[in-house]
Amino acid sequence: MNDPLAIARDRILAPAGLVEQDLDRLLGRLASAAVDAADIYFQSSRLQSWMLEDGILKDGSFSIEQGAGLRAISGEKTGFAYSDELQLPALEQAAEAARAIARGGQEARAKVGHALSERTLYEPSNPIRSLADEEKVALLHRVDAEARGADARVCEVIASLIAVQDTVLVIADDGTLAADVRPLVRLNVSVIAEENGRREQGSSGGGARADLGYFLVEDRALSFAREAVRLALTNLEAGEAPAGTMPVVLGPGWPGVLLHEAVGHGLEGDFNRKGSSAFSGRLGERVAAPGVTVVDDGTLPGRRGSLNMDDEGTITQNTVLIEDGVLRGYMQDKLNARLTGAAPTGNGRRESYAHLPMPRMTNTYMLAGRHDPAEIIASVERGLYAVNFGGGQVDITSGKFVFSASEAYLIERGKIGRPVKGATLIGNGPDVLKRVSMIGSDLRLDEGVGTCGKEGQSVPVGVGQPTLRVDSLTVGGTSQ
Amino acid sequence: MPILTTEDTAERLAHLQEIIEDLLKEARRRGASDAEASVGSSAGLDVSVRLGEVETVEHTRDNGLTVTVYFGHRKGSASTTDLSLGAVRDAVGAACAIAEHTQEDPCAHLAAAGLMVERIPDLDLYHPWAIGVEEAIALAVDCEEAGRAYDGRIVNSEGASLSTHSGIQVAGNTHGFIGGYPTTRHSLNCALIAQDGDAMQRDYWWTSARCAADLDPAARVGERAAERTVSRLGARRLGTCEAPVLFRAEVATGLVRSLVSAILGGSLYRRSSFLLDHLGEPIFPAFVRIHEEPLLPRGLASAPFDGDGVATSAKDLVAEGVLQTYLLDTYSGCRLGMSTTGNAGGVRNLRVEMGEQDRAAMLRELGTGLMVTELMGHGVNLVTGDYSRGAAGFWVEKGEIQYPVEEITIAGNLKEMFAGLAAVGNDCDFPGSTRTGSWLIERMTIAGE
Repeated sequence: MNDPLAIARDRILAPAGLVEQDLDRLLGRLASAAVDAADIYFQSSRLQSWMLEDGILKDGSFSIEQGAGLRAISGEKTGFAYSDELQLPALEQAAEAARAIARGGQEARAKVGHALSERTLYEPSNPIRSLADEEKVALLHRVDAEARGADARVCEVIASLIAVQDTVLVIADDGTLAADVRPLVRLNVSVIAEENGRREQGSSGGGARADLGYFLVEDRALSFAREAVRLALTNLEAGEAPAGTMPVVLGPGWPGVLLHEAVGHGLEGDFNRKGSSAFSGRLGERVAAPGVTVVDDGTLPGRRGSLNMDDEGTITQNTVLIEDGVLRGYMQDKLNARLTGAAPTGNGRRESYAHLPMPRMTNTYMLAGRHDPAEIIASVERGLYAVNFGGGQVDITSGKFVFSASEAYLIERGKIGRPVKGATLIGNGPDVLKRVSMIGSDLRLDEGVGTCGKEGQSVPVGVGQPTLRVDSLTVGGTSQ
Repeated sequence: MPILTTEDTAERLAHLQEIIEDLLKEARRRGASDAEASVGSSAGLDVSVRLGEVETVEHTRDNGLTVTVYFGHRKGSASTTDLSLGAVRDAVGAACAIAEHTQEDPCAHLAAAGLMVERIPDLDLYHPWAIGVEEAIALAVDCEEAGRAYDGRIVNSEGASLSTHSGIQVAGNTHGFIGGYPTTRHSLNCALIAQDGDAMQRDYWWTSARCAADLDPAARVGERAAERTVSRLGARRLGTCEAPVLFRAEVATGLVRSLVSAILGGSLYRRSSFLLDHLGEPIFPAFVRIHEEPLLPRGLASAPFDGDGVATSAKDLVAEGVLQTYLLDTYSGCRLGMSTTGNAGGVRNLRVEMGEQDRAAMLRELGTGLMVTELMGHGVNLVTGDYSRGAAGFWVEKGEIQYPVEEITIAGNLKEMFAGLAAVGNDCDFPGSTRTGSWLIERMTIAGE
């Protein structure tokens, strides 16, 4: 069975005894004359995780989450209720609670539509069953051995493996009937290295919407182990980071978290409808240097941030946010698109059935430029070369954003110098991309580890960029 | 979906206890030598308004169960949101299947039977709020309106929201321990936007309590949000420098959280804490005392027993500047050759002993330096104590606030920052489970222009 809709019916609706007419009835109960839009999001999720520590497979967990979220929208008002019971009476009760937002309307007649054409950015397979449990355990042991064998200074290794299968079914009174079966796998390695009483951490990992076999291809799992060790050892050598404003060269790939924080959130449709973003009302204006083109692309096969459809059933797309330095578009869900006269862009996402959808990023990245990365580093007299980052954060109203480097080096007279300790970088979203003076030819996407938090909801995302030179960015080190 | 009332609470509690009892039997039936489980069930109402109009009305109802089985010293866990008998038994089966693959870990076991909480004290945590949707909306509207009316420069709003939740937690294990209790939590918050020229600023305020009567008045929350938002207008940057830094009370809690993370058993046995081997050592100046009060009546983080079923009790984390205890659960205690401290699941209500000085006196003591009111990002390295975060606040000269500042970072090392704590104020004025006044840190590096 390879049809997501058939899988979703079989996994979610059939066990609860729900048939087509029940869905029509529920949707009718949710919608009314005073309701502009109504939808129901069914979800069934399975997650298995394994954790190896001290060289032994110490813990594992299996979790099951399922339920339905029912939403009725009237103008800018949203009524929402959810249930972890999928039997009809519980759903009817939730529908009553949600539709109370629009008073006075008669029960509507609604009909669930026909399925849209399907797209396959990933297979609707079950990654939990894609490897035998014995093989998962063996994989983590190999990762552990690789990390410990890489250097005698490695004293702690934690390796974890997570596989998720998420099945969702969306019906809406606009005729939407759509399902998606979403695999997600993740492998993480964290090590502590110790030398002369100094301890430093290094971590690495990756993931994809794929089967666990992803980690076996090209020695991937073991390369994460080696990378974690390399980072910990580099940090053992790191000295004080500089403090102050200076040119910063950002490496390719994961440093694209800059884009996610500096411009991504500020271009989400809800903030722009409300006028609360530093980018509100600036479509058509220059917000970045010429040559800077940033997209949000949910259509990359197998990527962690990709989706066949968003959580409102809209097919995902490649949305140009900034084109050659000029602001071109926002990311929209159905509600904000409707209220601002825009088209949905397939960015309506939610953490689960128990959360309301809102505009969220998928894979956000900057297109490649023409500079040789080596030429970019050589152009800097004194500055910072930052290649790995932890998380970031943004205040979308003031535009201020931060992201924290976990691997960085000084650049002195055009050459990469000594490693420096992690430091937070801070800037202003609407300005920072105007200070991009060189764009590398080496576009790379991250390894598939990103999770974005917004209003308490977490969703998997991707980022990417080529090597970039930002002429001035504030580096929060301790050495002046 | 109504909020639970006192009458159906007793019934619900009994039902959840039955689920746990059945599950523990099922685990034994499947050959587990021991098992433990916890289950939570909650219901609530969240409303949000913006610019005087309703934005969302959310009815929440959450269930969750987690089970861990032990086969000797091998363990496996599972969780489910479906509390039906069949689903719970399936979860036990899934946990047992996991345990077939995990390896012997001598520390993987239940807490000692003698440590189980014997009598569950009433901590006064359950005060359901019989508030209807309309009334909740009205209160949120009042809150936001008071904020918008406070100052003409408040030009926009992210809205105000009210939430009320009640729930029941039940836990049990094969020592025969089973216990549960209901809790409630209510909160009201408001986020506003002010504008001056092209620049916009946003800030917020909130109130949160176990009992609705203990919430701050709605208008006060809105006004406080407005006051904070407007005070940020006209923010400038600073030049890179070294200066003393005053962490206003609500951000000083972040430093307390870093301390807690560094003395959690998991960080210690993994050798990933900058406070490794510091038990019994001075880590703060002698005036500092930090106390945990897990049994505080109506406390936002109060709990009669921890995640292992072990009775909680009050204790000093820091007394006379000296680290008095690590925060251990059964597993990490075993790994460190120590006993559990009843901290499975973390700390519950911390109080930093406050000094004599109010806000104005703390500013005078700061003299010329930075008062931080907001921190951004995750730049705390617990392995090394290295600290580097984005900040906003106010520049202070000779004890007087001069102007708001933004787009700067502050950096140092937590070990040195703790040792360099010059004073703790008595200006605790925010809700939360950590009570502290502002912290004056002698010297940090500020990066700016």
